[in-house]
Amino acid sequence: MAPLLIWLLSLIIIPHIDMFILSLQEKVAPRVYETGFSNYAEFFTEPLYWNTFARTALMSILATALTLLIGFPVSYYIAKMVRGRVRMVLFLLCMIPFWVSELVRTFGWMILLRETGVISSFLQYIGLTDGPIEFLYNDVSIMVGLVYTSMLFMVVPLVTTLDSLDNSLVEAGYDLGGSGFRVLRKIVIPHAMPGIVSGCIVVFMLSLGNYLTPVLLGGKDSLWFTEQIYTQFITRFNWEQGSAFGFLLLILSSLIVWAGLKISRQTLSNTMG
Amino acid sequence: MTDTPTPAIDLECVNLTKTFGKFCAVDNISFSIPAGSFFSILGPSGCGKTTLLRMLAGFLEPTSGELTIKGRSMLGVPPNKRPVNMVFQHLALFPMMTVAENIAYGLECQGVDKSEIAPKVKAVLERVGLPDSGNKRPDQLSGGQKQRIAIARCLVLEPDVLLLDEPLGALDLKLREHMKVELKHLQNQFNTTFIYITHDQSEALVMSDQVAVMNAGKFEQVGTPQELYYTPQTDFVASFVGENNRWRANVANAHQGRLDLVLDSGISFQGIAANDAQFKTGDGVDVFVRPEAIMLSKTPMQTGEFDNILEGEVDCLLFDGAKSRVLVKDPSSDHELNVTLPQTGEFNDLQEGQPIYLGWKFDQAKCFAARDGQAGA
Repeated sequence: MAPLLIWLLSLIIIPHIDMFILSLQEKVAPRVYETGFSNYAEFFTEPLYWNTFARTALMSILATALTLLIGFPVSYYIAKMVRGRVRMVLFLLCMIPFWVSELVRTFGWMILLRETGVISSFLQYIGLTDGPIEFLYNDVSIMVGLVYTSMLFMVVPLVTTLDSLDNSLVEAGYDLGGSGFRVLRKIVIPHAMPGIVSGCIVVFMLSLGNYLTPVLLGGKDSLWFTEQIYTQFITRFNWEQGSAFGFLLLILSSLIVWAGLKISRQTLSNTMG
Repeated sequence: MTDTPTPAIDLECVNLTKTFGKFCAVDNISFSIPAGSFFSILGPSGCGKTTLLRMLAGFLEPTSGELTIKGRSMLGVPPNKRPVNMVFQHLALFPMMTVAENIAYGLECQGVDKSEIAPKVKAVLERVGLPDSGNKRPDQLSGGQKQRIAIARCLVLEPDVLLLDEPLGALDLKLREHMKVELKHLQNQFNTTFIYITHDQSEALVMSDQVAVMNAGKFEQVGTPQELYYTPQTDFVASFVGENNRWRANVANAHQGRLDLVLDSGISFQGIAANDAQFKTGDGVDVFVRPEAIMLSKTPMQTGEFDNILEGEVDCLLFDGAKSRVLVKDPSSDHELNVTLPQTGEFNDLQEGQPIYLGWKFDQAKCFAARDGQAGA
């Protein structure tokens, strides 16, 4: 218990307390501070800030949904359709990209998508287009990057829960007259719900808190909330405002996760259990 | 039911075969099952009975052969379109649904109107004797109750044939005995054709109208439980159905069905050729004598009453209540016989080493042609 407490205290709780105190400092004059909530009020009064947050949250939810849509069939295939070696190889294929740093992986996407990149050149070569095409620096490229980065964190919990689904339940579902869709909806998905929810929470939080992918693939118009925090801390040297944004990100994302749990009628304990 | 003059056939298989690579799991099996009967497929594990059942359910396609249910070919028909339902080995009740939802699932699949589902669920729960368990979760039920729900879930759909894949295997002994009677009762009540798969001969004998004994992908014999027990047609059936003493012997003299036999150990006695098989002097045979067909006596027996009389000593007592047996050894040859101990009180004080007399009629010693490469026991 003690190591866990030390870890939590020194790496999570103390920095957050410090950040919270910092976020309550209002700058009234150079090096003169008062305690108050004006840094928080700033978020709600300046449309750019909460618009950026809303956009970040919506894009993250969309990324989570897309990751789930792609990850579910992949996980089902790995967990139920293949056995032994093939299964191990497929699982490894999902994992191999994560042995490379996120920066390198993101540069990989840039090499593919940029104006002078592989895809653009190829399209020109086969004559589908006359001039070079810029695939980078838009919402779609951000989405591609986010889904790609998050895939493993969706596939692992899904494979684990789907693996624990008794095959005879699926067979019984068919045997009693169910169509493939009905078996999926009534038996497979309810069983996999804890895995779906925990995968979604992880992917959503990772996307929301991601900095590298939106900045590199989205360019300067990416408008990601973590960028605002970065700007406050590094560019504008306004640590007080940055801390307030950091706290808002924590609270608002927790609220979204809580709402998600309510809607899917899951509890955090049975998701993690 | 089975004894109506021309029973309607519910399910028929013709030359059904299933191979996995070079391995032949089900080998050219043909049979037909009359409507409303309880048909068991009895065999050791690995004999192909589960493969056969999965073909009937539609989870496997036969390599060759024809399968019809109520005259309609089932080849290429997926499991959710077949008029058969299956009770799985571990029941496969849906844990995420209540008991009522489990039963309603199949009705919803059939597109039954919502207003008709609830009364149907209620009615079938009453018929299986669990009227109040609709709102429970499957894990709140006892083993026997789960069993009944799994059967109710299938029977509410009124299938032509109900398949049961060793569903009693997971129950404890007492409950299993109880469920045997109950299953038979349910089958009578619903009058649905049951196909029951088991490796437990007692389950098959107690419940079935017809039993098929399966071995190595083939049916060895199909018949009523009595036929299998009293007149086994192959040595496999003789050794698999019921207990049996098995010896290797040689024919010393054959007159009609009645054979004079000599065991390897030198003991000679008389037996009967099973299946009216013809044997001649010198043929090797496997002899089967049931432990319960041998008469025990503490005093020497009268010749004439029994065709075969043997004097031995008690080697070992295997006490198991009503199923108690005694191993009797012939001191001159060390040959052992397994004999059922009558619980009439007379043998309660039997001691190991005590002399004892055995007798059995010649027609209780059934002889089959010896299979080569098999050592006599």
